[in-house]
Amino acid sequence: MANMIATKTPMPEQEPQIRNKNFKEVAIGYTKEMAVEEAKRCLNCKHKPCVSGCPVNVRIPEFLAKVAEEKFEEAYQIILSTNRLPAVCGRVCPQETQCESKCVRGIKGESVGIGRIERFVADYAREQGFSSGDKPASNGHRVAVVGSGPAGLTCAGELAAKGYEVTVFEALHVAGGVLSYGIPEFRLPKAIVKTEVDNLIKLGVDLKTDYIVGRTITVDEVFEEGYEAVFIGSGAGLPSFMNIPGENLLGVYSANEYLTRTNLMHAYDEEYMTPIYHGNSVAVVGGGNVAMDAARCAKRLGAENVYIVYRRSMEELPARAEEVHHAQEEGIIFKLLNNPVAIHGDENGHVKAIECVEMELGEPDASGRRRPIEKKGSNFEIPVDAVIMSIGTSPNPLIKNTTPGIEVNRKGCLVCTEDAATTREGVYAGGDAVTGAATVILAMGAGKTAAASIDEYIQNKAK
Amino acid sequence: MNRITETRALNSTVTLMKVEAPDVAKRAKAGQFIILRVDDKGERIPLTVADTDPATGEVTIMFQVAGATTRLLSMMKAGDFLADFVGPLGQPTHYEGAKKVCVVGGGVGCAIAYPQAKTLHKMGIPVDVVAGFKSKDIVILEDEFTAACDNLYITTDDGTYGIPGFVTTQLEKLINEGKGYDLVIAIGPIPMMKFVSAVTKKYGIKTIVSLNPVMIDGTGMCGGCRVTVGGETKFACVDGPDFDGHLVDYDGLMKRNSFYKEVEKAKDEHVCRIGLGGKHNG
Repeated sequence: MANMIATKTPMPEQEPQIRNKNFKEVAIGYTKEMAVEEAKRCLNCKHKPCVSGCPVNVRIPEFLAKVAEEKFEEAYQIILSTNRLPAVCGRVCPQETQCESKCVRGIKGESVGIGRIERFVADYAREQGFSSGDKPASNGHRVAVVGSGPAGLTCAGELAAKGYEVTVFEALHVAGGVLSYGIPEFRLPKAIVKTEVDNLIKLGVDLKTDYIVGRTITVDEVFEEGYEAVFIGSGAGLPSFMNIPGENLLGVYSANEYLTRTNLMHAYDEEYMTPIYHGNSVAVVGGGNVAMDAARCAKRLGAENVYIVYRRSMEELPARAEEVHHAQEEGIIFKLLNNPVAIHGDENGHVKAIECVEMELGEPDASGRRRPIEKKGSNFEIPVDAVIMSIGTSPNPLIKNTTPGIEVNRKGCLVCTEDAATTREGVYAGGDAVTGAATVILAMGAGKTAAASIDEYIQNKAK
Repeated sequence: MNRITETRALNSTVTLMKVEAPDVAKRAKAGQFIILRVDDKGERIPLTVADTDPATGEVTIMFQVAGATTRLLSMMKAGDFLADFVGPLGQPTHYEGAKKVCVVGGGVGCAIAYPQAKTLHKMGIPVDVVAGFKSKDIVILEDEFTAACDNLYITTDDGTYGIPGFVTTQLEKLINEGKGYDLVIAIGPIPMMKFVSAVTKKYGIKTIVSLNPVMIDGTGMCGGCRVTVGGETKFACVDGPDFDGHLVDYDGLMKRNSFYKEVEKAKDEHVCRIGLGGKHNG
């Protein structure tokens, strides 16, 4: 009998005023009992609308049924058959716009907490040491993957499971891409990312860190070494600045730098060597998930006042509602309809204030969002000692500049077909490198599509 | 992990280190750098590639003990491993069209100036070197420079060796003697590059400087290394580290480089105490 309670089983969380002083995970996760209870809310619909809402089509009602029966290992295997990073997805996917948005229970109440249950299953599997699969027999074909973010890891996992010999080239010293350097520990513990990467290595994926394609090796040389296809999942890691006066003052960071120092280099931990500036009043410019992450890191690094400065209103904030809610609970102050025009410094060249102008919303623009218009003469200053620019990123031009035959559009994104093929034969791409900054799960979906195309390409060629 | 194959003290604070990194050794060109991390808790620091041996797969770096990480690095011995060693990074130096070049090195910057002289010499382009040091006891690479250039002029600030005075004075003297340099490459402390650029600007000689801002990833993803060149913001790790010496905002660079001074000092004192206890277990 289904559990007909209209609301989701609540997720235990650390208290806001405690968690905003530590880097431990905010959401503590379901217990076994909570997961079973929540899984029982699934009505096991025949037409399974939730599955179509998932970019990698996880067989949701099937795994939920196994959880309801307390057959967790079977549930784990069902998830793994279409998603190799469930502990990550259960945490960072915007389920409210994907699987859970299609859930029938959501019509007259709250949808089933699919993400929370997926997370529980993956965490339980890790604790119990369930097998995530062993290395299959090699099919003799080699594929190179550029970048170990969500797109690259997914593509590598899919191909390795089919018997391909896959090498992943990663520029940084740790695999995971944005999962390692971008998303903070308190949303996605790095030990969990490592476990998921280790599972891929057990599947036979060869991971080469400290290896920059375009510098240490080129795509041409990758082919010369006998790889038959290349997947490019190099992301969109190049930060944008606003080009306003004062952006090179001391205390102005790109969100990428601030988050890389904090997450990848553990600058919040005294034991590690990488320094970071501990601001007392910090302005974060932008309204996406990255801005929320940066603001919440700044709070945890000891800032008294942390402001989100965003030129549109609450309704247009691109960040997930849950992240905005968490940020508000932790005491982040939202300065909406405000746009920075300059950053001012003291005599030592250090940030002392950010000058903003008030905005009002006009007609919708090409993106469908109402266009912000400056209110003349409404300039005012917020005293801050650090500013974090989080206004977006674009693809790094390195691959384009060193790979003949690869086309990019005017935003620097790789031009691809629906099947993830680039303009060069044998080279496929997906994730932010193709779309510009988007979400983890879309990158994973793209990695999966590309793996299918690469498989087809190599099998056809082999005939 | 990359194995250290050799370490050698060049003077009391500058160390030469050879590291096994075959892919870097195969590709690195003069002007490029690597990023290394000593151990799992280490920070990522950039160091210029001083030499390569594609046959043995070794890359030579030279560094001065300036803080915690370089101090840890200086405690490493042949046979030890570095956690990470990635490169080559940045743009190689462009010499196109140069007919006569003067390479000016200051202090430990001479370690970075050396591959420039060597490359030019190999290309058959006439090259003189002006290498400046504070004092006789810190002179480095004299033999190497002698073999890699047409004329070597060593200066010491206190006059204890070579020509007394600063590199700028010697450079200006050579220009006035009619050496006919059409390119000057200046590498050293920021004030030295600033003053060399001021001299060459006067004579209208094209000048390349190699900048050394704070870096983290070294691949263009964070902008921590941004510098102002000709009024525009550039990322030294991908657009540089070489820039037109006449266009660089040196004062801005100097300020940005001092941002973490306090934290760095505290970390270095911490490492110093580890050093007193003996071996650091990287």
